[in-house]
Amino acid sequence: MSALLLRDIRLAARAGGSAMLALAFFASVATLVPLGVGPDLALLARIAGGVLWIAAVLAALLALDRLFQADFEDGSLDMIALSPLSLESVAAAKIAAHWLTTGLPLALLSPLLAVLFGVKTIAALFVSLLVGTPAVSAIGAVGAGLTMSIRRGGLILPLIVLPLLAPAVIFGAGAAVGSAGALPLLGAFSFAACVLSPFATAAAVRLNLGS
Amino acid sequence: MLRYANPTRFMQLSTPILPWLGGAALVLLAVGLTLGLSVPPDYQQGETVRVMFLHVPAAWTAMMAYGLMAVASLVGLVWRHPLADSAAKAIAPLGALFTALGLVTGSLWGRPMWGAWWVWDGRLTSFLLLLFLYLGYIALWNAIEDETRAARAAGILALVGAVNLPVIEFSVDWWTTLHQGESILRKGGPLIASVYLWPLFAMALGYTFLFLTLWTMRIQTEILTRRARSLMLAGEL
Repeated sequence: MSALLLRDIRLAARAGGSAMLALAFFASVATLVPLGVGPDLALLARIAGGVLWIAAVLAALLALDRLFQADFEDGSLDMIALSPLSLESVAAAKIAAHWLTTGLPLALLSPLLAVLFGVKTIAALFVSLLVGTPAVSAIGAVGAGLTMSIRRGGLILPLIVLPLLAPAVIFGAGAAVGSAGALPLLGAFSFAACVLSPFATAAAVRLNLGS
Repeated sequence: MLRYANPTRFMQLSTPILPWLGGAALVLLAVGLTLGLSVPPDYQQGETVRVMFLHVPAAWTAMMAYGLMAVASLVGLVWRHPLADSAAKAIAPLGALFTALGLVTGSLWGRPMWGAWWVWDGRLTSFLLLLFLYLGYIALWNAIEDETRAARAAGILALVGAVNLPVIEFSVDWWTTLHQGESILRKGGPLIASVYLWPLFAMALGYTFLFLTLWTMRIQTEILTRRARSLMLAGEL
């Protein structure tokens, strides 16, 4: 399991990998927002929590469609499935690798963007992204597993996953501005998603492998 | 129950029932509409109260449809029964339609009552998300060519959605109570005069029968399509 985790992290971190792309996407979306709504720092500070959360979710989605598809197409997913490792563990490793290469870097970058937006509650925003992005990886993995055999799966994936992520965005943006009770709810949602998702993801992968 | 899940037996059983279902829907909708148009206008909402008779049953039917779709998906996934897959597949467009109907009638009611076509109220928002869940389900089904695979993938999605739906509902409620303390958007209040209750019941039953009629017809179509396809394949061989 750790070998799989390390392999996925290496693949994402190397040239052409998704980790840097997701970060760059996150930063560019965040840069476009002031261009769209105007440079009023008071307004930007007020909407920053929501904007950064939406940008983070979209950036995480960017890397999702290849989560299983790449391995499915070149046949390595078949080899992984043949290993003694259960598909549930494979799914958990994939989710962990996705979070370590997108969610975690995005959370680490967020304080810098928060400063640019004039946010007062920088720590709350950082913690909310740190706690909430695992849910994005976990729920996204279900979608990635379901769509991995579809050629243009990347187009259908957001339609499937985004409505399911509504609670994460709501609690996350709430926690980012320090609303009472938002952070525990976000944590609970994230935890439940991480616990349940490997099973649903494994079922999705299994049906696509046709076994 | 599984004994009746045979497609041939389903066709035999459902074909004679279908006219009765359709007839019941027609009668109930006619009664409901007549009653609904003859009740006195509400002292607050005026004539627009009549929109409720179209709106509320649509919303109920849309939610019932998602529940039924999740149950059919579960049966399809556990017992691998093609009829359950057909049943789940047949519901999705109907559910999306009733959801859209609920949203449109709600919007038409909201314009004169709230002064806006749309407000980001908890119920409205979670219903919009329900519509997206339906659309995602339909899109996933259409994107996978292999029928059995599509059925199973869509089934998993329906179940994940069913687990997540209460959480979405809760989070959206939490979100609106956070953002707007005032409750000007409260609909009607919990007390409804009985003159309004009767047409509402009639319409709700009418919608339910209409839904059952359309659902049965769509399942039959699905079965016949599958048969036609296998006959065509047999002919080619």
